[in-house]
Amino acid sequence: MANRTEALEQPAAAGARAASLWGDAWRRLIRNRLAVVGGVIVLGLFILLFFGPLIAPYPYQEQHLVELVANGNRPIGPFQGEFLLGTDDLGRDLFSRLLDGAQISMTVALVVQAVVLLIGLPIGAAAAWYGGRVDSYLMRFTDVMYAFPDLLFIILLSVTFRDTAIGGALNGVLLVFIAIGIVSWVGMARLVRGQLLSLKETEFVEAARAIGVSDFRIITRHLLPNALGPMIVAVTLGIPGAILAEATLAYLGIGAQAPRASWGKLVADGQQYLRAEPHLVIFPALVIALALLSFTFLGDGLRDALDPKLKGKQ
Amino acid sequence: MTVSDDRGQAGSPTVTELPNAVHIETEEGRLLAERLADDSRHARRLLEVRNLSTHFFTRDGVVHAVDDVSFDLDYGETLGLVGESGCGKTVTALSVTRLVANPPGRIVSGEIIFDGIDILKLSAEEMRLLRGRKIGFIFQDPMTSLNPTLPIGFQIAESARLHLGLSRRAADDRAVELLSKVGIPRSRERMGDYPHQFSGGMRQRVMIAIALACDPMLLLADEPTTALDVTIQAQILDLIRSLSEEFGTAVILITHDLGIAAGMCNRINVMYAGRIVETGKVDDIFEQPKMPYAWGLLDSLPRLDEVKGSRLRTIEGLPPDLINPGPECRFSPRCKYAHDRCRVEEPDLSARDGEGHLARCFGTEPGGWIQ
Repeated sequence: MANRTEALEQPAAAGARAASLWGDAWRRLIRNRLAVVGGVIVLGLFILLFFGPLIAPYPYQEQHLVELVANGNRPIGPFQGEFLLGTDDLGRDLFSRLLDGAQISMTVALVVQAVVLLIGLPIGAAAAWYGGRVDSYLMRFTDVMYAFPDLLFIILLSVTFRDTAIGGALNGVLLVFIAIGIVSWVGMARLVRGQLLSLKETEFVEAARAIGVSDFRIITRHLLPNALGPMIVAVTLGIPGAILAEATLAYLGIGAQAPRASWGKLVADGQQYLRAEPHLVIFPALVIALALLSFTFLGDGLRDALDPKLKGKQ
Repeated sequence: MTVSDDRGQAGSPTVTELPNAVHIETEEGRLLAERLADDSRHARRLLEVRNLSTHFFTRDGVVHAVDDVSFDLDYGETLGLVGESGCGKTVTALSVTRLVANPPGRIVSGEIIFDGIDILKLSAEEMRLLRGRKIGFIFQDPMTSLNPTLPIGFQIAESARLHLGLSRRAADDRAVELLSKVGIPRSRERMGDYPHQFSGGMRQRVMIAIALACDPMLLLADEPTTALDVTIQAQILDLIRSLSEEFGTAVILITHDLGIAAGMCNRINVMYAGRIVETGKVDDIFEQPKMPYAWGLLDSLPRLDEVKGSRLRTIEGLPPDLINPGPECRFSPRCKYAHDRCRVEEPDLSARDGEGHLARCFGTEPGGWIQ
């Protein structure tokens, strides 16, 4: 009997504690199956970011020449022998290389979104809060950035700064990340501006002013938490774009340099064997697709979960 | 005058450590900082508003929302600002805290002397020291005036942390104490709750706790009960009255409900079309009002001894457009007693029977045609 009453009381207590906005959102999110699947894969990818090299059966750059020669100097196919996904034309284990690529792609996801937030957030917030001329100047600048052809800008930036310190950092990848971030912040700036524009007219902002809260603190402590939902969604949905941009650039030969390889580079490298050894293209392409889908599903799920209009429903 | 005396002191103690981290820039700001450091010194009156005009610069023209308004408020006194919608009550209160949205609004002239400090001369940053610390504000709608993403404990403690320099824990203790003071049971447990977990009346109690967090000298309550149902109204008003007595806080109560004003206030300012049209002690206003507009307001109160089925009385017509008001008495188009003189010339506030009882009406002046 005692056990039963305990069991009855506990969920009620837990429910009361989790009744916050985030608790609500969390409950809606875990009810969305696609989002959960996406979330689990995303979580797995982030684990690979840190532990990928530990899981990898071989170092990504190690050439297994003996096996390669035994195979008649041709890439070893998948699911045969000791290489799970086969090797490339130089005898390097494809699975290990994909894990290394995961590290690059996940770093893209983080660094690019960090750059996007770092630039987009202050610009959007300043434009919304100060309004008037500040708003006009910042938003016209944003429009100009938006109108600039992305790929051209990234390539120009990469080529121009190739020989500088940033250009060399992280095997040449950091520059690419920053370049992608610089062309991607526009959406975030507009989103933050739009959110804050409607929020700054609310009465709780006036109430915060009435107790003498500073502008900076009103923006950071009172407004941004209210805009956090859409921002989280934008960041999550922005990540596939960044991964894709990195893959595109790698395909064009910009970014991670050999022997490292991002997923896009793997596709580019494998392309020449497309007919004879399609696994060299198929597996990297599959991994890219899976990562993009996962982030998109998670982002969609978050959007639904964090939508204030759905509060209390579902 | 107290103000010039204080300022004249050479080498007066400069306050360097202010919890709000505000850089003192102006003379008035220095005076304010001294006042904040030493609570014992006071001016003659808590608040003196002199010839305040607040205009809104809109596309259609300049709206004279508050036009040449003057009034005083003593320490611990409760003053009612009464009038119908759009008569400038709220803008008057917002002007006192310099919270009028700019653009389009701007205080174009006048003086607001709060505790001996001319607040219109303070820099924006210095003004922040005053808001919340010495002036508390209760807004009309508790449903929208609390931040939905912050726990109420945080919102109450914020003011104490900003102004009193309390640590997080000390500010939380203060917030718990305030919550129980405003009548929220299990106050410590409810600190972490969010606004949506409270009812409207409870939220207004939280708003009151926020406004009183730093023990202000003046509490501005802008229609604090309009958004609440009648039974809760009485509780909230009782709470404001008892707490203002306990804290010794002066209150400016903005309301369109004369019943509330009668029960709460020492004095009443009746406002019409951006001007004060009658002012006096609450008894004088209710027993011998001297302005046809005040009669209309009193008349339009529903009464218990009313014949069942009879119509509610109203004041005919609408308040005038506040863009380019003419030279006439602003109530004259709606006034049954208006003479030709009222339509060409606006009367000044002049003395009537009763201490501090002033009215703006030719008809009720000594020798006027209304008796």
